[in-house]
Formats: sequence, C-alpha cells, structure tokens
Amino acid sequence: MKQIRKITKMRLFLPIFSMVLVMAINMIYDVANGNVFYNFFTISIRNGLLYGRLIDILNRGSEAAILAIGMTLVVSSSAGVDISVGSVMSLAGGMCCMLLAGFGNANVSQYAMPLWVGLLAGLAVACLCGAFNGFLVSYLNIQPMVATLILFSAGRAIGLLMCNSTIVYIREPSFQFLGGYLGPIPTPIIVAILCITVMSLILKYTALGMYVQSVGINAKAARIAGYQSRRIIFTTFVICGLLAGIAGLVATSRIYSADTNNIGLNFELDAILAVALGGNSLGGGKFRLSGSIIGAYTIQAITTTLYALGVSSAQAPVFKAVIVILIVTIQSPAVKAVMAKRAAAKEVAARKGAVGV
Amino acid sequence: MEDKVVLTMRGITMTFPGVKALDHVDFTLRKGEIHALMGENGAGKSTLIKCLTGVHDFEFGEIRVDGIEEPIRNHSTMDAQRRGISTVYQEVNLCPNLSVAENLFIGREPLTKAHTIDRKAIVKRAQKLAEEFELNLDVQQTMGSYSLALQQMIAIARAVDMDCKILILDEPTSSLDDNEVSKLFTLMRRLRDQGVGIIFVTHFLEQVYEVCDRITVLRNGQLVGEYPVTALPRVKLIAAMMGKDIDDLAKIKPEACENRCGDMLIDAKGLGHTGKIKPFDLNIRQGEVVGLTGLLGSGRSELARVIYGADRPQTGTLKVKDKPAHVAQPIDAMKLGMGMLPDDRKAEGIIDDLSIRENIVLAMQAQQGMLKLIPYKEQCEIADKYIALLDIKTASRETPLKQLSGGNQQKVIIARWLATNPDFLILDEPTRGIDIGTKTEIQKLIIKLAEEGKSILFISSEIEEMLRTCNRLAVLRDGEKVGELSGDMTQESVMHAIAGGEKG
Amino acid sequence: MKTSPLAGNTHRRMNNNTVLIMITIALFVIMYAAGCIAYSEKGFDHLQTFLNILINNSGLICIACGMTCVMLTGGIDVSVGALIAMDCMFIAVGIEYWGVSSPILMLLVLLIGVAFGLLQGFCVGYLGIQPFIVTIAGMFFARGMTAVICTQQVTIKSDPFFVGLANLKFNMPFEIGAYFNNKGKEMIPYFRLPVIIALVVLVAIFLVLRYTRFGRSLYAVGGNQQSAALMGLDVKKVRMKAYVLSSFLCSIGGICYCLNTMAGTTTQATGLEMDAIASSVIGGTLLTGGVGNVIGSFFGVLINGTISSLVKTNGKLISSWANVVSAMLLCFFIVLQAVFAKIKERSKG
Repeated sequence: MKQIRKITKMRLFLPIFSMVLVMAINMIYDVANGNVFYNFFTISIRNGLLYGRLIDILNRGSEAAILAIGMTLVVSSSAGVDISVGSVMSLAGGMCCMLLAGFGNANVSQYAMPLWVGLLAGLAVACLCGAFNGFLVSYLNIQPMVATLILFSAGRAIGLLMCNSTIVYIREPSFQFLGGYLGPIPTPIIVAILCITVMSLILKYTALGMYVQSVGINAKAARIAGYQSRRIIFTTFVICGLLAGIAGLVATSRIYSADTNNIGLNFELDAILAVALGGNSLGGGKFRLSGSIIGAYTIQAITTTLYALGVSSAQAPVFKAVIVILIVTIQSPAVKAVMAKRAAAKEVAARKGAVGV
Repeated sequence: MEDKVVLTMRGITMTFPGVKALDHVDFTLRKGEIHALMGENGAGKSTLIKCLTGVHDFEFGEIRVDGIEEPIRNHSTMDAQRRGISTVYQEVNLCPNLSVAENLFIGREPLTKAHTIDRKAIVKRAQKLAEEFELNLDVQQTMGSYSLALQQMIAIARAVDMDCKILILDEPTSSLDDNEVSKLFTLMRRLRDQGVGIIFVTHFLEQVYEVCDRITVLRNGQLVGEYPVTALPRVKLIAAMMGKDIDDLAKIKPEACENRCGDMLIDAKGLGHTGKIKPFDLNIRQGEVVGLTGLLGSGRSELARVIYGADRPQTGTLKVKDKPAHVAQPIDAMKLGMGMLPDDRKAEGIIDDLSIRENIVLAMQAQQGMLKLIPYKEQCEIADKYIALLDIKTASRETPLKQLSGGNQQKVIIARWLATNPDFLILDEPTRGIDIGTKTEIQKLIIKLAEEGKSILFISSEIEEMLRTCNRLAVLRDGEKVGELSGDMTQESVMHAIAGGEKG
Repeated sequence: MKTSPLAGNTHRRMNNNTVLIMITIALFVIMYAAGCIAYSEKGFDHLQTFLNILINNSGLICIACGMTCVMLTGGIDVSVGALIAMDCMFIAVGIEYWGVSSPILMLLVLLIGVAFGLLQGFCVGYLGIQPFIVTIAGMFFARGMTAVICTQQVTIKSDPFFVGLANLKFNMPFEIGAYFNNKGKEMIPYFRLPVIIALVVLVAIFLVLRYTRFGRSLYAVGGNQQSAALMGLDVKKVRMKAYVLSSFLCSIGGICYCLNTMAGTTTQATGLEMDAIASSVIGGTLLTGGVGNVIGSFFGVLINGTISSLVKTNGKLISSWANVVSAMLLCFFIVLQAVFAKIKERSKG
C-alpha cells in the first residue's frame, strides 16, 4: 500500500497514468480485433513517409502540445486561463494568408509577398494579441478568463473580416511545408519538439521557472523579494500568444488555407485540459512542463483512439468528457482527503494494536 | 457536571501524521470566566480549539458541555454553534461583500410569514445589536468598508446574538491598537458578567494579566497546568511556557553606538506617502540598530515600507551612502543593498509551495535577474549554510516551506535576506508569533549583524525587545514620526514618548 | 488602514456596483435610442424591434440568470450552450422519431437539466474539482450526446401542441405601439410565449436572490467561502445547488430556444455560453463571486441583442461586425470594473 501511495504522490503520476491507460485500451482493442497486441505501436514507412497510429497521435497533437507550453506558463503565473488561444491561432493564420494572397483574393497559387513576411506577420499579430491579453491582466488586474474572453469572441471575427469573409486558399506548394513532411517525419512533430526543447532549455538555464512560480504562488511575497509580477505575467501571456501563433501557422499550413471559422476551434479547451491532466494546479503556482506535454498528447491519443474504435467525431466528446471527469476526480481534493484519512486511520489502528489497547 | 462549570475536556488526544499534536490534555472552563489559553508555537492551542469546535476529529478523550447529558463530539462548526460554542478568529470570518446587517444574520435570517427573508427585521435587529455593543456604524453598509477591529466586534456580536455559552476568541488583539483593545476588553468583561465562558487565546502577556481570570498553559501538546491569574507571576508563566528559565534574555545589551558606527548609510528627508505616513526625516548610520516604536497603526510598518519602496514614496528624497537614490519598488531598494522582512509573513513572505532552498535563494536570484540562474550546486550550499546557521528544523532542504512550523518559516525568510548580504536590513516584527526560544536567537542575531557593520531597522510591538537591541528609537504616533530617543532608555521613558513626549 | 476609528462611515456611499449597473442600463438606452434615430426609416423605432430582441433572446435570458447565480458563488458554467443543443435535439427527435408527446418531452428535458446540474454540482461542490474543468467536461458530454441522439438536422412539425405553442402570438395589451405599415395595414406589436417564460424566470430568480435564504447564501459563499462555512452555511451544498439551478434554468431556456428554432441540430447554440458570461459581466457580475444582479444581466442580454439588431438592420455589415462590437463593449465594461476596483483599493489605503 505504501509503495502505491508513494507512486501516486509523484508529480507526474496523473499524466503518465492516463497515457498508460489509453495505451492499454488500445492494446486490448487490438487483441480483441485479432491484431497483434503491439499493433498500436507499429511504425512503418509508406512512400518514404512515417506511418502508424503513434505517428498520427504525435502529428495531430502537435498544435495542442505547442499551446500547452504557453498555457502552462499562463496558468502558473496568473492562476487563470487564456481561452483566446484558439482564436489567436485562427487570427494568425488569417493574417498570414491574407498577406500571402493579397487582400481580397481567395484563391492563389503564387505568393503576393515572400513567404517569410507572411509567417512573420502571423507571429507578430499573435504576439500582439498576447500583449493585449497580458496588458489587461497584469496592468489592469482583470481576471485572465474574463480578459481573454474578449479576443475569444473577437479574434475569429477579426480574422474573418481580414480575409473578406471567405476562406483563403494558398496553393503554392512550399506553403504546406509546416504542415507537411520534413523527410519521413511530419513537420508539425518537429516544430513541436523544437518548441518543447527551446522552452525546456530556457527553464533549465534561466530563472524563468522560479520567476513564474513565485509570482503564481504568492505575488505579494515575490514583490517584496524583488520580483515584478506585472512584467512576468505580461511576459507569460506574450509567450502564450507567440506559441498560439506558431500553432496557428502549422494548422493553416496543414490545410493550406485560412479557414478562420474552424482553425483552432476548441483547441483552447484541449490546451487547458492538457495542463490540468499534466498534474498542474489550475490555481497557479508550481508547474511541470513535462506533465502538460504528456497531457496534451494523451488527450490527442484519447481522440485518436476513439476514432479508431469507430466513434464519430461529433460523438467523441462524450467519451472525452467521461474520461476527463474520471481522471480529475481521482485527483480531486475530496478523494485525496478520503485516502489520507484512510491512511491516518490505519496508522492509528496500528499504534493502538502495538500498545495493546 | 459541577455547578459552575460550563465545559470540560478530558484526555483529549490528537495525532497528525508524524506529530502528536495533543497528548491527553485536560481543560476546564467555568461560567462567567475569562480563561487564557497559552503556549508557544506548536504547543497545541489551536489544535485543542479545533477539536472543540469540530474542525478536527480527536482520537481519544471526552468533551462535556453544561446542559447536555452525554459527552459531545462536534463534527462541524455548525454543530458547535448549535451547542452554544462560538468562535471569533484572528482573520475575521465575515463576508466583505455583504452588509453588516446581513453578516449578522447569515444562515439564520428571520423569515416572514411567506417564508421569505424579512429584510426590514434584519436591519432593525442589526441596529439594536450595534447599539448594544456601542458600535457607531451604518448596518446597511458593506462589511468590507470597515476596519478590522470593527469587523471583529461585529463577529463577536453575531456570536453573542446566537446565545453562546462558550465564546472562543482566537488571537483577537493582534491587529488592534490599544484603544480598540480596551473596548474589546470592556465587552469581554460585560459578557463574562452575564455568565458567558470565554476562552482567550493570545500571545500578549500584559493582556492576559489585564483581563483574564485563569490561565491554562500547554507545551508540546501536553498540559503544563491551570492556574488562577493572581497565583501566577509573569516569570513563572514564562517558565511554564518555555520549560526553562529565561535569564539569558536579560543579559543581552547592545554596545554603545559611538564606538562602532560608521558613516551615514540611509538619509531620508521628507519621505512620505499620503494616507499612510506623513513626511519624515530619518537617518541611519552603518552598524546602527534603529527601532521604530509606537502604537499599532502609528505608521511604523508604513515608514519602513516607504524607505524600501514597497509603498512608493510620494514626497521627499532618499540618499543611500550619500548618493541620491530613486526607490520606487522593492527591486530598486534591493539593488542598493537593502532588504526587508515584512510583518505579515504569510501574505508577503512565504512562497509556500517552493522548497526551503528556493525560498532562501529567492531574493538573491531577483538581484541577479532572470537570465542569470544561480547554479544548483551553489543554491544547495547557500541553503545548507543558513539552515545550519539559524538552526532551521527540517529533514531536507527540498521540503516545501508550507510543511514547516511558523517559527521555522520565519527563520527561512530571515535567511533569504541574510543571503543577499544587505547593508541595510529592515525587520518588521520578526518575532511575532514566535516562541520565546527563537525570539532570543533572533535578538542575538540582530546585535551580531550590527557588530558586523550592517544597519538594522527594527520594528516590534514589544518595547523590551527593542530596548535590548537598539541604539536609538524613533517614536511614531498617528501616522507621523514625532521624535527620537537614545542613550539610556527605559520602558517608561519610551511609553512617555509615545504618549506625548519630545518633538524630534 | 489600522487607524480607522471604531465609528465607521455613517452615511451610505453609493455602491460601486450600483454605479456599474446604472452605466449598463444607460448604455442600453443610449444604444437603442441611437438606433431608433439612425434607422427610423427602416422601422427600428417600432416597439416590435424591442419585442423581437426579447423573443430571439428569451433562451439567453434564462441562461444568463442561471449563469449569474453560478458566478455569484465564484464559479462558472460553460456547459449551457451544449445543454441547450442537447435539449433541442432531444425534443425534436422525441417528437419526430419517437412519437412522444411534447408535454412529456418538456418535462423530461427539465428533469435532464436537474440531473445534469446535480452531476456537475456534485463534482464542483463535494469533490472540489474546479468549475471550469467540470463544466467543460459537461459541455463535451452534452455536445457529444447531441450527436449521439441524432447527427442530422431534425425539424419539428409533427406535434400540434408544440407547434401551436411556438406559433402563439400575444398582441401587446391596449395595442401599445401600434402603427400603420406602408401598405396601410395596422400592425400591432406582438410577442411570443418564450418571452413570457423568460420574464417569469427573470422575476422569479430576482426574488429568490433577494428574499430567500438560499439566494443570500449564494452571495455569502461567493464573498468569502471560508467565512460562510464558519458561519454555518453548508458551502458544498450551496455550490451544488447553484449548478442545479443553472442547468435547470438552462433547460427552461432550452425549451424557449426550441420554440424559437423549431429544430434540433448539432451546431446549435455554439458560443451561447460565452454570450451568457458576457451578459452577466456587462451586467455587473464579478467573476470572483459575491457581487451580481440578474437585472444587470438582463440588460446585458438586451445590449447584446441590440447590437445584433443594429447590425442586421444596417444590412450592409456582416454579422462578424456584431461579434467585434460586442467584444469591444465587453472589453469596455471589464476595464471599467477594473478601474473601479482600483479606485476602491486606493481609497482604502
């Protein structure tokens, strides 16, 4: 029992447990279908490209993982969530495509401007959104959920207006590289790995982690110790915006168009869930980036598994909901309290027994 | 149950993982009695109260209340309230967004015949209560706009209105000034005369002798004894609480400043912040220990905060080491070699989820900036150094700070500032809520730091403490610095100055 | 702060929150008046415009009341849009495919609402899981269930009772606001059943919040959860009840919505939860809890409706502009609340 308790207390227990659970379900399903039990894990190469369920999960989960990085920082420093990331994704994609196609055009096969201008503009507008959110939260003390509600509502609408209310298609082949393949590996996976690596290096070799966590746990105390919570919170929102921009460009590149109504739809929820599933408290404070990343891919795995099991995309949310509730219930304070009580009662009983009462 | 006894607790035992918080503790409360419950940090006072009021489920023992046949076991505060046991906590527990009248009646609002809330009756009864307690306020105003002292009185009014037989006051005077404290005591005496039994949990020795009838002392989870106040002189009380004699306290005396102090370090002229502290002049030399004294609310913390930049100075100038300095926020002060231990360690000191190591290097890291991380090895060395130096009781340097006791947490925060090697350290109530043993250590530390050439600004509610450590005292009254004392100071001379002495 | 005398302020200052609500109401009046002046040739100034706003937003009014109650406790409920879609689909499929009579369906929808709320409320109140996560899961669940019930659009036409209810027109009493249209025919402004339902809900919740212990307990729990617990309120139960109420009102709103749209689709009511939150915030409800008023939320809904109406009447603007304007308005109110809070903090010193 004690061993189990020790394991469950590990910070990464929740995300790893969830991931293992999902894989187990996949393996059972494979066996039940007459496949080899490791079918889920098989990776093959077709037409020079990597192929397999695992690759699929890593590929489709790239945007969520990228978003989860930024969301983790925002949640940790401000105890709030940025619900605008999906809309910012769409806006960044819209801005990029609008520039590349020239305003008013809906279907081009040539760039009106160099590719890098479009990409940079997309990232710039995303950072601007992050700065807007950051300003509201850190300088006007508005709650993150409320502040980001504004861009959540307006982001897509602005993107749509920029694209003159149509979907803009960029049929230049080089535009698809972000969403395509780099050699045998899907590019989104590489982009995600790059983002994760850069952030991990930053967290390891600078004091960003300590800054963000201190401000998140006790901003007043941090201030007395010389930390300027405003700057730090503002920075986390800008980072989150930038990462949303990257995710948006990847998503746009996948479908080589700016479908502002659908890009990033509901991604903010996945990102927030990834953070929570990663064992991080949504109330701010200590965080583990690895947990959020595992959480992001776990959610993607759940989605993919459901499709493989024959659940339609419209119905999949039901299962997601049930799984999420189950997982979060196990981590809930009430359940934890019950377990702690049981452990304490056992200790008392043991002592009573030893004393011979 | 004996005739005059309203509450008996016998053999109460409560264990938390790894710690025996209460070990067969007995407690008796009589009707019409103000009974002090005392002990150092970790003695078990708050645990005992929580067992009584139903917050904790104690393992062994028996509680009996007058008027109830069977021994009782409360499972919630509501249970306790129904049995006539009410508590008023240090952090006043009322709802700031509701009006005074509503707060008085939450959960028990009078209903009309139609089973809706009778709002007129609430206002009327609230006004009556306010008059009874001599509180001059508008009962329809929201709670949040009134001072803490007033909120406490309202909380007591609510408890009394609910027919409590046993009233528990948990550190009610920590944030009150003397005027408010005496009003509180008048109220307590009136309740006592009406037959209410009051349990008064406090740190303040003087107050215990002023208003209490009996004292129960706990130490390390065990009952030391129950004494009538008249039969227990102060020295004996402290001995009972500490378990040893405290003669070494008297032996501390600061060395005279003329021999030791260096040049002017801090020179503040006309610094002030509207509404908090009127413009003041203060200078501090190297190696000097200056104390700020005055009633609670006279502006001591505010003065320190304005120098440090925790509150932005709106007027005046500051010179550090003879160079003009612009300090608008703490980081500016830190870069000039200052450090500050704030008085509210929970709100402004502790980063509870971070480890001891991280808490200790926190300020150092801020000085270096985000991009220059202090190497892990160095962090460990620094942490270990101060854990040893200040005798911080912990299993490992990676323990989250929230798992430490209050006194040890305070030591960690002090370590945080010592690690930055400041030229000027502000200590605001460093010994509040700390047991006497640690208090002595901290006072000795202050003198040692001064001998090493550091300047200290020391704020404490206990004049004795400051007399033992300071070279000079600045006197504050009503948000203004009114004078200074130096040389041969006594408690009497200080209190005279506070009351209305020389103009500096 | 500690030098305040024992005597407090004896004259009552106007509450910041009252000021906020007044601004909301004023804004609505101004916007509506501007619309009347600018678009009088298009008939904006007819009473019918206002009544149309009420008709189209009757569901939102119910949801906003529920959302306000939940936000009072410091929580949030993002599942309401999805729940409405599920209710509509349930009724539509029930009538068209299962052949169940509509009164029974409506009753079932209400029960579903209560059950849904109980589940969410239990997770938030008793298990201590954060409201945002619980209600997002609820939202996923309800959206998914909508598709599970049926993936295609279902139009309601087979139940005479329901169709009759939907077509029910109530002319304005005493023919207030009657006018002659360009063909010379007398038009009497009318409203529909959902409007009556919504207004009844509004008044009922207003009374509950002001005159019942349960209502006051919502404010107490939102103001300071710890204090409320120490004062003897069953905080867990109160929080749970708030979610039950929200989902119940949401189901009523679902019925209103269904009477308006007469159809069940999987994409219905997307984003409605954010409209409800925005309406509540504009109406002066604080997300931190403890402060709020359904009357304010009602005007928040009206403002949103007015913006949509203005955009539609204009005809040349795309509906996206309505979103942008609403968002800007939301921004304005949020900033205003923040500024007021800052002023209050400074004055406390």
